[in-house]
Amino acid sequence: MDFWNTLRLALRALARNKLRSALTMLGIIIGVGAVIATVSIGQGAEYLVQQGIQSMGTNAVFIAAGSGRPGGARLGSWAVKTLTIDDMNAILREVSLIREAAPAVVSRVQVVYQNQNWNTGITGTTPNYFRIRSWPVQAGSIFGQDEVDSAANVCLLGTTVARILFGDVDPVGKQIRIGQLPFRVVGVLESKGQSVMGDDQDDRIFAPYTTVQRKISGITWIQFINASAVSREASNAAVAPITALLRERHHIRPGEDDDFFVRTQSDVADLADQTQRVMTLLLGSIASVSLIVGGIGIMNIMLVSVTERTREIGVRMAVGATESDVQQQFLVEAVTLSMAGGLLGIGVGLIGSALISNFLAWPTLISVKAIIAAAIFSAAVGIFFGFYPARKAAQLDPIEALRYE
Amino acid sequence: MDEQATATEEPSTQAHSDAALIRLEGVHKIYDLGEVQVHALRGVSLEILAGEFVAVMGASGSGKSTLMNILGCLDRPTRGHYYLDGTDVSQFSKVELARIRNRKLGFVFQQFNLLARTSALENVELPTIYAGITPQEREQRARESLARVGLAGRAHHFPSQLSGGQQQRVAIARALVNRPTILLADEPTGNLDSRTSVEIMDILQRLNEEEGLTVVLVTHEQDIAQYAKRALDFRDGKLRRDTPVRDRLIAREVLPTLPSLQDDDAAGET
Repeated sequence: MDFWNTLRLALRALARNKLRSALTMLGIIIGVGAVIATVSIGQGAEYLVQQGIQSMGTNAVFIAAGSGRPGGARLGSWAVKTLTIDDMNAILREVSLIREAAPAVVSRVQVVYQNQNWNTGITGTTPNYFRIRSWPVQAGSIFGQDEVDSAANVCLLGTTVARILFGDVDPVGKQIRIGQLPFRVVGVLESKGQSVMGDDQDDRIFAPYTTVQRKISGITWIQFINASAVSREASNAAVAPITALLRERHHIRPGEDDDFFVRTQSDVADLADQTQRVMTLLLGSIASVSLIVGGIGIMNIMLVSVTERTREIGVRMAVGATESDVQQQFLVEAVTLSMAGGLLGIGVGLIGSALISNFLAWPTLISVKAIIAAAIFSAAVGIFFGFYPARKAAQLDPIEALRYE
Repeated sequence: MDEQATATEEPSTQAHSDAALIRLEGVHKIYDLGEVQVHALRGVSLEILAGEFVAVMGASGSGKSTLMNILGCLDRPTRGHYYLDGTDVSQFSKVELARIRNRKLGFVFQQFNLLARTSALENVELPTIYAGITPQEREQRARESLARVGLAGRAHHFPSQLSGGQQQRVAIARALVNRPTILLADEPTGNLDSRTSVEIMDILQRLNEEEGLTVVLVTHEQDIAQYAKRALDFRDGKLRRDTPVRDRLIAREVLPTLPSLQDDDAAGET
């Protein structure tokens, strides 16, 4: 018996019990649909993370005061006073893999413009910062090095701050109050959106680091260094010399913990990759569980079907069907069920992720790989769970089967 | 296949062994039920020639069903030989037996055994699916076969829309569709009223007379056996009597004498 015949037979047998076939497929439909939807949500998340990583600037090396290593009592970036602008200059001087660097001193401040006020973060830095993070202004200009040197009261606004304080008014050139001090707005930055961690990067003010150090925080040290290596590979290679240099400058003896930590973009990318792998694994196991449950449903129905159709099997054998004909017939029925369920499930998954995109404003990326895998997997489920019932049908004794009531 | 069916027309019971379509030699069938062994057939030897119409008689437990299963290649003898068309099939594999059932044998059952919710035409087509012929030829053969039993007009009816007699005729059409050498009918009238039974016997007699089809009919009803040419009596797993049927009934002649019970069934179809 050729394949098309078998397929036709299978479709007819399934069509005879439409409700039952539909319910049997439901398990697979839900399983595959869930996989497709969750994978596309996961891919959307990965896309967000990748965008976030790119927004932090490529080749970036990030140095923070405080220990990054787990274990033991540690001091946070805020309390460690050892990282200084001299450290940064030493790195620029001695680590040739680092092309440029910018310091960061952060604080929280209350900002006021006329009758509007807002509590936000302020970052004190140098003009290099905006080049390293590839973050241009949309209006006005970035403050200059001489304003850093003179600790001038100038600032740049993130779009969120600009919107809240100024609404439709152009902030450039306007005077605002930060804490008790008047500052002149020299520019508004482009919008950067959410960070990898999910906070609003545009809800922030930037000023010369000297100004923040002396007039706002009252400190002499810095908290972060945003550096840029000469290439992506160099960013990783620079970690060791930076670490060695800072340990030496901070007089840290061998065996003692660092009082700073160095992170590169590829660390973040690795972390994101790892998260993605865990997520894929998780989705994969959910998928397997639901597909196995669906498969058991198919097996159950196929066993019922074999029992119900014992006489039919007997007749088929009497008129010349071989064991393999019968086995093939039932196997194809099972695979047709699971494949049809798989295809419908793919449809359901695509519709589901489209709905999620629409209503939850979460980007979803349709994964062709996931679709192909779901199709193959559902066929495999049909073969695996259809095999036993089909074998049982094929091994019926035609005499017994014909006599079956 | 067809050559032999047409070559030996004479209803002789005494012919050469080589010409025999069916030859059993000392066939035993023992069912091993674990604790007990049931000796269903105890050394049966017989010959059936092409073109014969044989009734196999016997009470239940006589071994006639076992004989039918062996003749029908659904089962193999425990001992002895079964020559079908000159070939010893007693040790054939399941696949080979399936092929013989498909090509050389046609089955008619007491319960009709039609597939429900499947049209008469598709029921008749069933054996052709396993014969490896083209879909066009399959349908053509099935239509021809239905026409032979007078049901050409009911091709697209489902079994549930047909009377018992019509269902059995569909079953006969199914048995004929692969042009078998032998038609095996196992109590084909057991579920039918007496008039319909005679109609079925009429079809079997016509197939036997007009087309030379060899018919083996299992029955426990003496009056049904009267339509055959030769009667084999079984008791306790042995062939007790092998006699030509005396005063053979011809269904075509009997039918007009019977009251028409199912006018709708008889009308226009036979």
